[in-house]
Amino acid sequence: MSGLRHFASVKVPIRAQHEDGILLMEKPVLEVKELTRTYRSGERTLTVLDSVSLTLNPGSSCAVVGPSGSGKTTLLGLCAGLDRPTSGSVLLDGVLLDPLDEDQLAAVRSESVGFVFQTFQLIPTLTALENVVVPIELRAETRVRSRARELLDQVGLGDRLNHYPSQLSGGEQQRVSLARAFINQPKILFADEPTGNLDAETSERVTELLFELNAAAATTLVLVTHDLELAQRTQRIVELKKGTIHSDQDLLLKSKDLAL
Amino acid sequence: MKFPLLDDWAWKMAWRESRATGKRLFLFVSSITLGVAALVAIGSFGQNLERAVQEQAKSLLGADLVITNRQLFSEETEALFRSWGGEQSREARLASMVYFPESDGSRLVEIRALEGDFPYYGELVTLPAEAAQRFREGPYALVDERMMLQFEVEVGDPVKIGVFQFTVAGKLQRIPGETMTETLVAPRVYIPLSYLSRTDLVQFGSRVSYRNAFRFGPMTEVEQLLEEAEPHMETQRLRSVTVEDRQRRLGRSMENLYRFLSLVGFIALVLGGIGVASAIHIHIKQKLNTVAILRCLGASAGQASTIYLIQAALMSLAGAAVGVLLGIGLQALMPPVLSNFLPVVISFEVSWGAVGQGLAMGLGIGLLFAVLPLLTVRRISPLLALRFSYEQEDSLPREPLRWLVYGLIVAAICLFAVSRTQSWTQGLAFAGGTLAVFLLLVAVASLITVLVKRYFPDSWSYVWRQGLANLYRPNNQTIVVMLALGLGTFLITTLFLIQSTLLNAVSLAGSGDRPDMVLFDIQSDQREEILQIVRSLDLPTQQDVPIVTMRLASVNGRTVQEISEEPERGRRDWALFREYRSTYRESLIDSEELLAGEWYGRVGSPSDKIRISLEQGIARDLGVSPGDQLVFDVQGRPVETEVGSIRKVDWERMQTNFFVVFPVGVLEDAPQFHVLMTQVRSAETSAQLQRTVVQQFPNVSTIDMALVLETVDAVLDNITFVIRTMALFSIITGLVVLVGAVISSRYQRIRESVLLRTLGASRIQIRKIMAIEYLFLGFFAAVTGLFLAILSSWALSYFFFETEFIMELQPVVIVLCVVVGLTMLIGAVSSRGLTNRPPLESLRAEV
Repeated sequence: MSGLRHFASVKVPIRAQHEDGILLMEKPVLEVKELTRTYRSGERTLTVLDSVSLTLNPGSSCAVVGPSGSGKTTLLGLCAGLDRPTSGSVLLDGVLLDPLDEDQLAAVRSESVGFVFQTFQLIPTLTALENVVVPIELRAETRVRSRARELLDQVGLGDRLNHYPSQLSGGEQQRVSLARAFINQPKILFADEPTGNLDAETSERVTELLFELNAAAATTLVLVTHDLELAQRTQRIVELKKGTIHSDQDLLLKSKDLAL
Repeated sequence: MKFPLLDDWAWKMAWRESRATGKRLFLFVSSITLGVAALVAIGSFGQNLERAVQEQAKSLLGADLVITNRQLFSEETEALFRSWGGEQSREARLASMVYFPESDGSRLVEIRALEGDFPYYGELVTLPAEAAQRFREGPYALVDERMMLQFEVEVGDPVKIGVFQFTVAGKLQRIPGETMTETLVAPRVYIPLSYLSRTDLVQFGSRVSYRNAFRFGPMTEVEQLLEEAEPHMETQRLRSVTVEDRQRRLGRSMENLYRFLSLVGFIALVLGGIGVASAIHIHIKQKLNTVAILRCLGASAGQASTIYLIQAALMSLAGAAVGVLLGIGLQALMPPVLSNFLPVVISFEVSWGAVGQGLAMGLGIGLLFAVLPLLTVRRISPLLALRFSYEQEDSLPREPLRWLVYGLIVAAICLFAVSRTQSWTQGLAFAGGTLAVFLLLVAVASLITVLVKRYFPDSWSYVWRQGLANLYRPNNQTIVVMLALGLGTFLITTLFLIQSTLLNAVSLAGSGDRPDMVLFDIQSDQREEILQIVRSLDLPTQQDVPIVTMRLASVNGRTVQEISEEPERGRRDWALFREYRSTYRESLIDSEELLAGEWYGRVGSPSDKIRISLEQGIARDLGVSPGDQLVFDVQGRPVETEVGSIRKVDWERMQTNFFVVFPVGVLEDAPQFHVLMTQVRSAETSAQLQRTVVQQFPNVSTIDMALVLETVDAVLDNITFVIRTMALFSIITGLVVLVGAVISSRYQRIRESVLLRTLGASRIQIRKIMAIEYLFLGFFAAVTGLFLAILSSWALSYFFFETEFIMELQPVVIVLCVVVGLTMLIGAVSSRGLTNRPPLESLRAEV
């Protein structure tokens, strides 16, 4: 068990909030307030994200869309605690990220966050199985392999456990990465263009798996994508333009409206 | 909170991660192997040496006690010796010429006329073995083996010593307690003491020292005997040497040698450490993405760093372990290398202390240097996993903690140096010097990269430009390679230059119209005839110096005994009690310079004050200045003098120099002998003169410049051989670091070369680009090393040896060619295969 994580959980009693009963269900899993991120590039200051606010409830799914450079990935990075905002705050799974140091942020990720990347980002020196177990091994949990095998089975890679990433196709690599994303049973999953590097057919398979696993684990999903078709499969589409929220559609509501 | 090193996950990851890169990483870390090997070999050897000195203590002296005297032992002393009992041996030692009639050659040697069974412990090693006993029984001589070889003398040949002809009974191979280097200066020749008088060598002014060696029964307390005899010994100016004295002195000089060697070995280890740092640096650069992913997945910065720290530690340990094995093997090679310096026989035994120390040093240095690049791991942002654009390969974040690590490294180096030299000043000077050289190399290397970038030759052909540009492109290894190669170049070249400077200094002393031959121990009645011989050969008489021996009796009215009993005031007893060999003349000579007082060249009438001139060093040691009164005992007659002047003397000139110079008109009638200097110029004339003199006047000794040069050369050769052997460790380490650097950039190179080939470059072009890059690397490294070597040789010559620096071009050019050639060769060998594979295969190949 990582000491730093333990340290973090003392400061921010994550567990206590989970056990707070029914009220908890009402609490948002992600609450972003007035988030601004600027970069300095020489003399100029570049505002990539400008006062973005967003709230996501547990179990919901949301796509962040927008043209290149609109701030999608920046928003994702900030929400996951990979980067720090210039101003504004992020409340992730009941934990306010702003006052945490790097290691405490890592502990929050380990506890509550899963990732799927456009470029898969498997560790090249580890086998498929070993890649999948990394997040739970980090939590010093035991008997992790059986769970990993199960997940790899679910994504259809039960026979490729001991292959290295270089021995797997792109689609296979992304499926390993899906298994890895779900292994720590995260509260929230961030997916950055998960099908961006895949051909149409493979994309379809990966997308299916993503939503399947998501539904099964009741994970909150944040999906950054160009792909409007993919975005349509979520409950909500937030469109970013030049660092601000251009539109925010609740598809669930819409579909309910339509049903009515 | 848990210590990250106890984290199983980090260990697991370290292991999994190393599966793919372990081999490469091990190559990196093997750069510390040679340094560890050197230290283990030297450490283990040092312990064996210490043990040998302990075990063979008695044979170092050959007796339980030796009493020495500058003149014949007095009756009282003989009585004292008789009262001590035990077994006794008598030996007389003097410098003299030997003449080999068969080969018509002569040389200055140390004659040892022996009586009794000395050595009592250890033995004279001779060929044939029985010669060590047989020569004592008749007109036989044991002659230094190397000298016999030089003059083509065989056992059974005649050898003329003085006026008497001996027969060579055997080759002298080893004398207990003496090193080969000592005998280089004056080869030893043993004869029986009973035949010494027949040589007619012991005449007035001959410098003969007498030794009485004792072997006592087991109950005799040597210290107690000496204590009781102390008053007698002091008045008779007898000196004693016990086994403990000899052992202590030898132990000290051996320890100096051992310490010096281990410092040189340590340079190799530090250089290896730099190799480790560069290797880990490259390793980490390749792991940026992995670290970022791990951070995304929730690994703490500490956990991520620990993975690589564990890898570095295990690899360092492995590198050190290989070094230990290698060191144990190397240790077997040490005695032959050092045999010329060793008075004892060394046996081979592994010292576990040295092994443990080697492992610890290897691990410590490996880790210290690995931590430096590892610090950046803590700062790798998880955002890297999300977007490539964020990658800042060239500007990994700087970590303020690195100053702490730099501090630790410097502290570790200083600590090691101080612990080895057991002296703060020496240790810190060594550490400071090493660091200064490293820093200078880095500074020059970075300057070169900057200059190449700024004044880039745009007009060159593509292949040349590409090769040159590789020196400053991202992930270049310029500084590391230049450091590794430059240091080796620097060490070797400095040795060469210093050796040639010293040799030149010696030969310069005999050039021009300065004398190059000295004839000494000329008796007053031989002087005229010898002058005639010299003239008959058409040789100039450049100096004809009378020498009078005397001792100091009192200073400002107090006897030397009284003064020596006073508490120390910065004066030295040796100056009080030594035998002064003084001369008299009217004027200063060109190697002298008046510092204080006034020069008095002549004493007018017997009633005048005798004003003498003292050399500055002896004046300081005696604590006197102009105006002080000195009384000398000149062969039993007191001569009252006053210090008239203080002189500075250039002792390096090949001529007679004196502590005390008397004015003319005082010592003319005192018993004296003469030294004559001439200039023979050619070896032929020299041989002719020596032959004539040695045959007519066997008691007269000659030294010519050629002999001095030969001796200095031989001694320097011996010393530099050892240093060079040690420097070799640094050089090979440098080459290992170079191989590591080439191979670590190999993966990057594969992509480059494939891309270039895809774009239409031929394999020849690719090879040329690489060859040119290594040509430049080797060239710049060699030039940097040479530049520093010339600088330091100059500084050493000027400040330390106080002689004119001679810049020899030949070794410099040779070193330059060898270093450049080696670099290109290693570059070519390590990157072989890069261009053979078809582009597509390489493009697919994974790291």
